Amino acid sequence: MNETIINQTTAKAPVVGLFVTCLADLYRPEIAFATVKLLELAGCKVEVPEQQTCCGQPAFNSGDRQTTADIARQTIEAFDGFEYIVAPSGSCIGMLHHYPELFERNDPWFERAMSLKSRAFEITQFLVDVIDFTAIESRFSGHVTYHDSCAGLRELGVKQQPRTLLQQLPGVKLTELVDSEVCCGFGGTFCVKYPDISNRMVSDKSTNIANTGADTLLGGDLGCLLNMAGKLKREGIRVDVRHVVELLADMTSQPPLASSSYDLATKV
Amino acid sequence: MQIRTPEFKESARIALHDVGLQKALGNVKNGFPGKRAAAMARLPEFDALRDQARDVKNHVIAHLDLYLEQFEAKVLENGGHVHWCRTSEDARQTILKICREQNARTVTKGKSMVTEEINLNEFLEQNGIQPIETDLGEYIIQLRGEHPSHIIAPAIHLNLEDVADTFHAHHHTPRSVDPKVLMQEARERLREKFAAADVGITGANFLVAETGSSIIVTNEGNGDLTQILPNTHIVVTSIEKVVPTLEDMTLFLRLLARSATGQECSVYNTLSTGGRRPGDQDGPENFHVVLVDNGRSDMVGNDFQDMLRCIRCAACMNHCPVYGAVGGHSYGWVYPGPMGSVLTPQMIGIEQGALLPNASTFCGKCESVCPVHIPLPKLMRHWREKEFEKHLTPRTARWGLGGWAFMARRPALYRKFSALSNAALRLMAGKKGYIRKIPMVGAWTDWRDMPAPSGKTFMQQWQEKQRSGH
Amino acid sequence: MSKAEILGNIRRGLGGKITDEARATVKNRIQAHAPNLIPARGQLPAAERLALFINMARESAAELIELNDLADLPAALDQHMQSLGITELIMAQDKCLTSLDWSPLQNKQTTQRVSQVGDLASLTTAFLGIAETGTLMLYSRAESPTTLNFLPDTHYVVLRREDIVGVYEDAWNQLREETGGQMPRTVNLITGPSRSADIEQTLQMGAHGPRQLVIYLI
Ligand code: SF4
Repeated sequence: MNETIINQTTAKAPVVGLFVTCLADLYRPEIAFATVKLLELAGCKVEVPEQQTCCGQPAFNSGDRQTTADIARQTIEAFDGFEYIVAPSGSCIGMLHHYPELFERNDPWFERAMSLKSRAFEITQFLVDVIDFTAIESRFSGHVTYHDSCAGLRELGVKQQPRTLLQQLPGVKLTELVDSEVCCGFGGTFCVKYPDISNRMVSDKSTNIANTGADTLLGGDLGCLLNMAGKLKREGIRVDVRHVVELLADMTSQPPLASSSYDLATKV
Repeated sequence: MQIRTPEFKESARIALHDVGLQKALGNVKNGFPGKRAAAMARLPEFDALRDQARDVKNHVIAHLDLYLEQFEAKVLENGGHVHWCRTSEDARQTILKICREQNARTVTKGKSMVTEEINLNEFLEQNGIQPIETDLGEYIIQLRGEHPSHIIAPAIHLNLEDVADTFHAHHHTPRSVDPKVLMQEARERLREKFAAADVGITGANFLVAETGSSIIVTNEGNGDLTQILPNTHIVVTSIEKVVPTLEDMTLFLRLLARSATGQECSVYNTLSTGGRRPGDQDGPENFHVVLVDNGRSDMVGNDFQDMLRCIRCAACMNHCPVYGAVGGHSYGWVYPGPMGSVLTPQMIGIEQGALLPNASTFCGKCESVCPVHIPLPKLMRHWREKEFEKHLTPRTARWGLGGWAFMARRPALYRKFSALSNAALRLMAGKKGYIRKIPMVGAWTDWRDMPAPSGKTFMQQWQEKQRSGH
Repeated sequence: MSKAEILGNIRRGLGGKITDEARATVKNRIQAHAPNLIPARGQLPAAERLALFINMARESAAELIELNDLADLPAALDQHMQSLGITELIMAQDKCLTSLDWSPLQNKQTTQRVSQVGDLASLTTAFLGIAETGTLMLYSRAESPTTLNFLPDTHYVVLRREDIVGVYEDAWNQLREETGGQMPRTVNLITGPSRSADIEQTLQMGAHGPRQLVIYLI
């Protein structure tokens, strides 16, 4: 290979800081790995800043602005210098977009928060809208349905992007979910503060999911997916639940959420 | 009205198990959103109108004092009276005084949420004056001794069978489950009341500063009969309802019906300006406007100012999954749904109202349908901030949050804790891939399983990979 | 006093004193009463405007009957009332109505008064029609008592084709002109007959106002 070409591509390659998100970190590393893979396929150079923790949403939505602002500053610093910040979550990126609200306009942190906001994208949005990469390949084949998680949908406008990408996969048949834009009832701490209401919402959701006849439920936010996967499991509805990037990155060897390889074996 | 907001959780739990209520709530979810969407689709300018409506309201709020003064001047010029009422009590006393001057024994009422807010009916009754609700939905719930569960469809929590029972019991007529028959019964009974009433009380959807007019927007015509037949018409309204001109009012009319019921236009949009004119053969002699503040002027310039833009269309509750699950009565006071979750703490205090702004997943649907772009989730979050500042947040939540926050600000420690939790969860799951029950997290595992982590944390795996040189 | 308190509180919230500039802004805005964005739908040439009015009025469940001449009204009314079995018509006192030859009304009478409970039918004119939503604009005055618009079961309204405007903004301007800028006690914008969906969200016609709205387009 010609060395100068390599240098040129690396010189041009956008440097992306991966915002792992605490749930992907804790529950499903594959999602983060799949995100890295997609970004690299799209020609990006990916780094994972050490200083990141959580986006601060639990504090923000509990009314603790002080803590939120501390975490925001930490995140802003962690991602200083990155051309882009990408996460496999509309909710966490949505939170990053809230950072400017935490600072007075004359506070230097306000500008830095604005800068972070302008560089922060949800993965499917980044691939489709920012770097126009849709050359997805995946061996996955199956009948899927898609839940539009609220924050991604309404705070960031993520709707068509994952569908555009899924359309590239010849083996995927998508049946739209009735009320796909209605909240699943997760809502962060909401699901434990108001468990009965949350349960109603996720019950309605699982009924709709079951009615699609799809065998895989996809989404872009792990919090919602954990909620729905947990409910489907409890109700004995056999639908696999995966983050959309797992399919897009052709990384579906791991059992779906709330399943184990043991489960898979019995299913087959 | 008795404040039952602190019991929200318990009321919600009961509501979720109320089969009849759940059936009735289906009518909200399956009706309003689709109709609104269809109406929107027919008016390409809808979103542009929303932007303009937001801007006009912001302009009005920035000059609210002046527009109110101008409105008052115009009402006086047209022979009407304006009463400024700082509190609910002021408003009640003012209205009572007007009724007493008329020796009123019965008062007919058009639909008005402000009169609910100031608890007018109960007060009038205590003072020997009979208030008669004339909006069909309001009439039904008044017979039942209930309060509205929705700001534009007050009896939405009831099914046909409930109405049939209620009318059968109160009208002493054969029980019918034909809505036509039921409506006819109400119509006939109320005709006499309209004619006999001494005072008619309506609300107002908007007040026009240019002309001193108040406008009501209805479909039934009850508001009109309420205000033209008695000798005295009292408009009970609130200070944020003023708009500059008829043209501005038109902007809001184009949005209101479409956002509310999905109608192109409500059947009766009626402007009232002062009392009967020389030569007029009918209409009220006396025209009073009772301008209620009740905490609204405190919202000017505070974190909740955006809420003053609200035109009470109910789109936010019609689209709210929480409202759709628990219904309006669970909210425990006058205003339910997202708009109620913002307004209620302002009016009854955050101490009593805190459960409402917390009862939201912040799914953002309400904000996305609000015709005046009120950032309802943000305002609910502001209430959570007030709650937090005042140390009202429940102690366990506070401690949990505190512990988590401590670690979230210390990345290395955070990693360790994540790794530990990850290992613990995997241990609990064993080979299954999910966990049936986790002590302390019953709120989750009572209803659903907890998926188990698929392996070590990403950070652990990533670092291992980096070390092994990828 | 409440008024001072309320206004004071608002002013505090707005950050202080009223400026002359603010006063001028408010005054100018009211005087200009400039239109906001007007939807394209109603901004049409006369023929299409008329068609839109007819469509929208019918959509609102109004009955629409086209007549060539006002003189044909009594006969048309006779027929309609006959079909409903109505024998008395409570009439507004506009000259154009009272001066008509009412002899075609067979075995029926016209009465000029305000409406009362029990009246079955009324006849009024409309000041304007608004095509955008198929709406009638009526206003109260000596000849046109408001009760006629609400109490009877059937409300007959006469509207001249040339009085159909496209949009509300045009209607307000014509009203201002007609009344010399002095708002009448009541302005009614009526779009179809009375209805309610308060019982189980099922739409029923004829709640408290007229069950039927019949528009004679002249
Ligand atoms: S908050 Fe918005 S959507 Fe809700 S009632 Fe008010 S104006 Fe309508």
